[in-house]
Amino acid sequence: MWDWFHRLGSPKYFYGFAGALVPWLAGLCVILFAVGLYLGLVIAPSDYQQGDSYRIIFVHVPSAWMSMFVYVLMAIFAAIGLIWRVKLTAILATASAPIGASFTFLALATGSIWGKPMWGTWWVWDARLTSELILFFLYLGFIALQTAIPDRQTAWRAASILLLVGVVNIPIIHYSVDWWYTLHQPATITKFDTPSIHLSMLIPLLIMAVAFKVFYITVLLSRARAEILDRERKTHWVQDLVRSEQI
Amino acid sequence: MDREQSHGVFTGLLRRDLKLAVRAPSQWLNPLLFFVIAVSLFPLGIGPEPNTLREIAPGVIWVAALLAAMLAQDSLFRADFEDGSLEQILTSPHPMSMIVAAKVLAHWFITGLPVIILSPVLAVLMSLSFEGWWALLLTLLLGTPILSLLGAVGAALVVSVKRGGVLLSLLVLPLCIPVLIFATAAVKTATVGLSIEGQLSLLAALLAFTVTLSPIAISGALRATGGGG
Amino acid sequence: MSEFFHMGGYAAYVWSAYGLSVAVLVLNVIAARKRNLNVKREIKKLGTAVQ
Repeated sequence: MWDWFHRLGSPKYFYGFAGALVPWLAGLCVILFAVGLYLGLVIAPSDYQQGDSYRIIFVHVPSAWMSMFVYVLMAIFAAIGLIWRVKLTAILATASAPIGASFTFLALATGSIWGKPMWGTWWVWDARLTSELILFFLYLGFIALQTAIPDRQTAWRAASILLLVGVVNIPIIHYSVDWWYTLHQPATITKFDTPSIHLSMLIPLLIMAVAFKVFYITVLLSRARAEILDRERKTHWVQDLVRSEQI
Repeated sequence: MDREQSHGVFTGLLRRDLKLAVRAPSQWLNPLLFFVIAVSLFPLGIGPEPNTLREIAPGVIWVAALLAAMLAQDSLFRADFEDGSLEQILTSPHPMSMIVAAKVLAHWFITGLPVIILSPVLAVLMSLSFEGWWALLLTLLLGTPILSLLGAVGAALVVSVKRGGVLLSLLVLPLCIPVLIFATAAVKTATVGLSIEGQLSLLAALLAFTVTLSPIAISGALRATGGGG
Repeated sequence: MSEFFHMGGYAAYVWSAYGLSVAVLVLNVIAARKRNLNVKREIKKLGTAVQ
């Protein structure tokens, strides 16, 4: 087990491993999305309060969950990278950032679209949307810092410290925004959350959440492969591999 | 013996940075001027109605203080990085957090403290009541050191980046949001005559938390980015 | 069927949210593939230039 883990840490082995995994994961992802969408859009009954507009939940909530999950995962990669200097962590975190940022964007955009029929306006400074917006800024900061420093290793070490600082601050930011929201909460706004979610809505939601997660892993692995080639371009195995392939 | 030596390094660095600031006053005067001008633009943009001003005063003053702190941050490690003294400091045997603490404290003296001293003027400009001003003073006392510390993390991260000022703001401003929220809430609460102990203790907790953890982050960031020179 | 697309009067919101989601997910896949291709092309070009 340990042995396998160590081998996985080597970029060459990981490249092959990820390449073998990606088609299977992509297939699984398509199936999960199909089932989740069918259950969520066709089978699940409409909500007695929100009508059919609540169906946005099946894309909004999974992307919001993933946006936080990916950031925390990146911070874990950063910690591992700083402590054990595993090459792979830089690759995985760097490959994760654009995917995580796109999930955050999606959570914001779908939240805003959902807000229009619920609140009557596209944007409300709701606690969750605000936290999500700040998370989006954190993602952009990470990407901006990494692209600003030309030396790859320095960039990664600086960015991993930023990630750790960010992940320590996220609970504080989240708490303060919640606190701020309850302080200013206008009485007329209907609360966003569904009080008790029915099973026929929960199941598609969970399936969609898993689908998003599998999607993330699939794209992450294929991005990581490109990243590996880019970083290991001087090695023999990459040169041989690229030469043998028809592009 | 060892401890005494470190202590000497601390005061030595602090004195050096303050001396540099006295010699080049634009370093601290410009952000301060920016702060005053930014605040005085709001009455011009919104209207001189005292009640409106009082309503927005905490937010305006705090946001301006935040931006002014970011303006001055960029230079925190820049000069030391460019003339190579940062590398010397990094390789010196003294504890890194001590050195970082001296730099940040010096920075707070030349950016945080002037803002606090100026706060009565701003309170008058923005029609704040005495209670409001007092709360503003207390929140600035607790909050500006946090800004200096968080800003130093950002300054350490972007030290090798040319024209890193905007990047620094992009990295650090989101982290400053809790300070902004608790501080402005405290001033607002004070203006309606309620107790602000809760908000102040939250700010104090935040300060204690930042003081303990950010030196680690700052020294880590400097080791990551400043070593190469 | 038309009732399904009607979404109880919320069609514009529901379908724009889903459309956007599909767009973001597809763009992610395209971006990953494009990056892969670009890296390989670049390496191939530089690799042959050396020899």
